[in-house]
Amino acid sequence: MATIRRHIFIDRPAEDVWALVGRPELLHEWFPTTGTKLEGDKRWIYLASGITFEEDIVTLDHALRRFQYKIVNNSIITSHLGTVDVIDDPHGGCVVIYSTEMEPEVLGLMVGGAAGAGLQKLKQLMES
Amino acid sequence: MGRKILFITTDQQRFDSLGCNGGTVARTPTIDALAHSGIRYTRAQPQNVVCMPSRSTMLTGQHPSTHGVWMNGVPLPIDAPSIAEDLWRSGYRTALIGKAHFEPFLDPFLRFAENRLGRDERATEYTRDENGTEVPHRGFEHLALSTHGGAGPFHYARWLANNHPEAVQMYYQVLDGAEMQVNATGGGDTNAPQVKVNPIPRDWYHTTWVAERTKDWLASLESDADWFCWMSFPDPHHPWDPPQSELHRVNWRDLDLPAGFIEDRSELERVLENKPRHWKAWWEGKFYSNFEPPRRWVPSTLTADQTREVNAMAHIMNEMIDEAIASVLSKIDERGWGDDVDVIFTTDHGEFQGDFNLLFKGPYHVDSLMRLPLIWRPAPSAQIAPQVVDNPVGLVSLAATFADIAGLERPEYVEASRLPVSSGDANALGHEQTLTEWDSVMFGKIVSQRTILRDGWVCSVYGKGTMHDGTEGELYNLQNDPLQRENLFDAPAHKATRDDLIAALWASQPPRQLPLRECDAPV
Repeated sequence: MATIRRHIFIDRPAEDVWALVGRPELLHEWFPTTGTKLEGDKRWIYLASGITFEEDIVTLDHALRRFQYKIVNNSIITSHLGTVDVIDDPHGGCVVIYSTEMEPEVLGLMVGGAAGAGLQKLKQLMES
Repeated sequence: MGRKILFITTDQQRFDSLGCNGGTVARTPTIDALAHSGIRYTRAQPQNVVCMPSRSTMLTGQHPSTHGVWMNGVPLPIDAPSIAEDLWRSGYRTALIGKAHFEPFLDPFLRFAENRLGRDERATEYTRDENGTEVPHRGFEHLALSTHGGAGPFHYARWLANNHPEAVQMYYQVLDGAEMQVNATGGGDTNAPQVKVNPIPRDWYHTTWVAERTKDWLASLESDADWFCWMSFPDPHHPWDPPQSELHRVNWRDLDLPAGFIEDRSELERVLENKPRHWKAWWEGKFYSNFEPPRRWVPSTLTADQTREVNAMAHIMNEMIDEAIASVLSKIDERGWGDDVDVIFTTDHGEFQGDFNLLFKGPYHVDSLMRLPLIWRPAPSAQIAPQVVDNPVGLVSLAATFADIAGLERPEYVEASRLPVSSGDANALGHEQTLTEWDSVMFGKIVSQRTILRDGWVCSVYGKGTMHDGTEGELYNLQNDPLQRENLFDAPAHKATRDDLIAALWASQPPRQLPLRECDAPV
């Protein structure tokens, strides 16, 4: 089981960052995907390579500022849980933590890489 | 009009695979002729023994600690220095044809240009520098990329899918279907890992494709152009699946076992136990520290016949490369450039190919992986006499060498002098040692190794990691122990030598980029 964690400090209050991260239909605005579709608790994300991930939204907790999702109905990914937390820091900014547990483990590295790029873009968007 | 540069690399080729280096199986007359009329280096070392860090060293002239690609899967920063960019800025036409691998292969998000270019069938993409100049990707105005098979987003895979779709599945499947790990499935006559009888016609095979695309690009140039062409063959890296039509060249049943293969099992275990313990743990299948070898393959299962078959396949691949190079050199002569072209041939790292009864590569700094073929045939117009240079030189010297050939100042960013043209020149330039680094972190399994080669010795130290407490090391006398079977690191008689080498090792370390850049893919 791969366990991946990426994080970034953003010089904006957690509620401002959550205003984007907490809207799962807007993932493509900060994560390296080409499109997002949301229907109830289901989400589909579209990758530049042509791959589509079907996901179940597990948690969308606006009080805790936590989003969790699972990639489902995938012929290769047999187990997955992704978690995004947005947490206030003591200096008026926040830290965003993107965690992934998944099988096969090697794919976790690529999701982790995308998460790292996504967090960088999120910081850029929020601080610009 | 200046000197032109044909830079030829292979992937995972051993020093002893060439006739000019004592090889007795594969026929390599083209490379041997380059060596005969140029400079043959007998102690060329990589600065890392896997692809991405080593290739990044070739391009940047920096050690992995400096360029930051500390293991496979860590992308070279897009703003890293590039000797190709320097050449392009000075007016050279620039191309990289074949395997690049400065960026991860496994990239479903298509974050990296190497993967986007093939999918979109584009030759390069441009970024704007601080002065507003549009600069091609890493300095290459033309990229035609391939890797070890017919799958993936690269130009070769697209070409194969578009023109010969039935051939895509003829190659060995590099990753297994379930775990996406490097495939352990065996094939051939002996069920050797990563061996397959490949029915693909030779004309469709990637070695041929790389040579043909190189010739196409050369044919597109103006006759008075200065050019730098990196022709990068994916072979003889595994999978070992050359075209079936070529298997007649070397019958594995006729091969002797490699000198490094130990037939006596108790002697093999003694040799492995004399080394830091990750050696034997990997052989036993108890420790898997990196994504280079197949995860599910246990080296202790390797048989003598499997070793012979893997070697035969590699020899066949090397013969095909030699013939492909000949065809490109012929095209260069046709263009009338023969007297003005420098040819440099090398590889990124070696391969066990049966030494210590192992295959593939990893944190093992011995000649199998570290002694590389390196030949520089200067442009005949430069009138540089043929030489054999025994001084240690590193791939880190390539960037400065390209600059020197092109008449450019040595770039400030490089960390080594150009390659020497003679032993005296080597001494004058300070080529007395090389450094090699290994770092890997794979889901909590950590290995860190630093190595120095000088004065006929190779000495490695290990940092604290999953298998090491920070006191382990390896010390080999290359003259007395060419197969590196006797680890003298803890031998009292050699303590002074060891301590001197370790002192030189730490005194020579390049500055390290910290924090380490993230690993974004297994490879």
